[in-house]
Amino acid sequence: MYSCSDLKKGLKVMIDGEPHVIAGFDFTKPGKGQALYKCKLRNMITGSLFDRTYRSGESFEPAALEDRDMQYLYQDENGYVFMDNKSFEQVHLSEETLGDDRLLLVDNMMVQILMFNERGIGISLPNFVNLRVTQADPWVKGDTAAGNNKPATVETGFTLAVPSFVEQDDLIQIDTRTGQYVTRVKE
Amino acid sequence: MEPNWALASKRPALEARARILQSIRAFFVGRDYLEVETPQRIPGNAPESYIDAVASGDWFLHTSPELCMKRLLAAGYPRLFQLCRCWRDGERGDRHLPEFTMLEWYRSHCDYHTLMTECEALLRTLAPSGALRWQGQTLDLSAPWERLSVAEAFSRYASVPLRQALDSDRFDQHLTQEIEPQLGRTTPTFLIEYPAELAALARHKPDDPTVAERFELYLCGLELANAFSELTDAPEQRQRFAHEEAQRRAAGKPPYPSPERFLAELPAMPPAAGIALGVDRLVMLLTDTPRIDEIVAFPPEIL
Repeated sequence: MYSCSDLKKGLKVMIDGEPHVIAGFDFTKPGKGQALYKCKLRNMITGSLFDRTYRSGESFEPAALEDRDMQYLYQDENGYVFMDNKSFEQVHLSEETLGDDRLLLVDNMMVQILMFNERGIGISLPNFVNLRVTQADPWVKGDTAAGNNKPATVETGFTLAVPSFVEQDDLIQIDTRTGQYVTRVKE
Repeated sequence: MEPNWALASKRPALEARARILQSIRAFFVGRDYLEVETPQRIPGNAPESYIDAVASGDWFLHTSPELCMKRLLAAGYPRLFQLCRCWRDGERGDRHLPEFTMLEWYRSHCDYHTLMTECEALLRTLAPSGALRWQGQTLDLSAPWERLSVAEAFSRYASVPLRQALDSDRFDQHLTQEIEPQLGRTTPTFLIEYPAELAALARHKPDDPTVAERFELYLCGLELANAFSELTDAPEQRQRFAHEEAQRRAAGKPPYPSPERFLAELPAMPPAAGIALGVDRLVMLLTDTPRIDEIVAFPPEIL
């Protein structure tokens, strides 16, 4: 069982017999008062979103989901297609189910698909992906301060802040948990 | 190997933070406050129902330097301040770090009204333009700051009367969900006169013992500081500690030893007022930063 202190964005819990993922999380507590755990929950089967606030002392049952290794194949009009390379079984996930994760998918990439009652209802990306920069302002010569940043767009359409020395066509590593730039990748 | 960019890109925030810390020190030194350091690892904290300490061996990390600061007040130091790390177990969110920086200051021969005036002076020193912009909101620091009683705040903003919120143990829920977002909208707000049962270390108002001389300071809906006119009545303080400690133990929390030295020295403490201000949140406000992680180098998750 989880307690309130385990709640965080991305945690999957059972509510009324159905798996839910915490899509948004906010901890509030007056300095001397009681903690409140505000959750935005998404029903992983119906996709419906709702708010619920919990107080200390409540407990939560982990969602019973099976992770299955699958490969990302392609996108079509029905959504995004993944395949189990052992059984050749294919699973479709909608754009809505994938959320921002769809902008971090690389062709042929291995991912984990979350299964519930033989249905694909979610995805876990690897922690890091490499994507090519398709748009970034040129590097202004002389700008060597390590902390400076600028916006950049990668091949999937995902945008993020990168250091000033990153240029178009560079391959960069992105942390899929935070959406942040990590480093340039040598080729 | 590239430098860690997430850390490197925090440079502007860390520089602003360092300047703010220097300005805070200069402000208090200029007002004849003595900067002190007290131990961060102590036998036990002042018992409070909803603040949990981190254990450190048989002792605890302090959740506030309050007890030691007050022992110094009682020993005759008239004006004291401290900038230190404090630890509160389980507090983590966009506005909370389990290890954070606290500014506390204590002043004898005054009450909490003096501290409100001093908060105004401190913020006006730190934001000399007289305006504070945070996440699309603008506060006028030079205008008189709003002073609003808890009872008035409930009748204005909450869906239930104050008494009902207290009796149903939903005070904090109504406060955080309905009232706090309305506070500190055009000027900062001092939320004053807390129900007596919600202020274990504060003096009650002489002409109304149902409320305590306690205030919380809010800017842009963000709680920044908590202050009170200090309770100097040792038997009364002992009773309130016993009550809070009983609640803690009933909730299964590790027992604190009774702070006997503090209680023994308390009768020597002159009338005084004290305040605790969250420095990380102050830096967030002064640098227009939405999340506490962005103004410290190392939130716990990246250690």
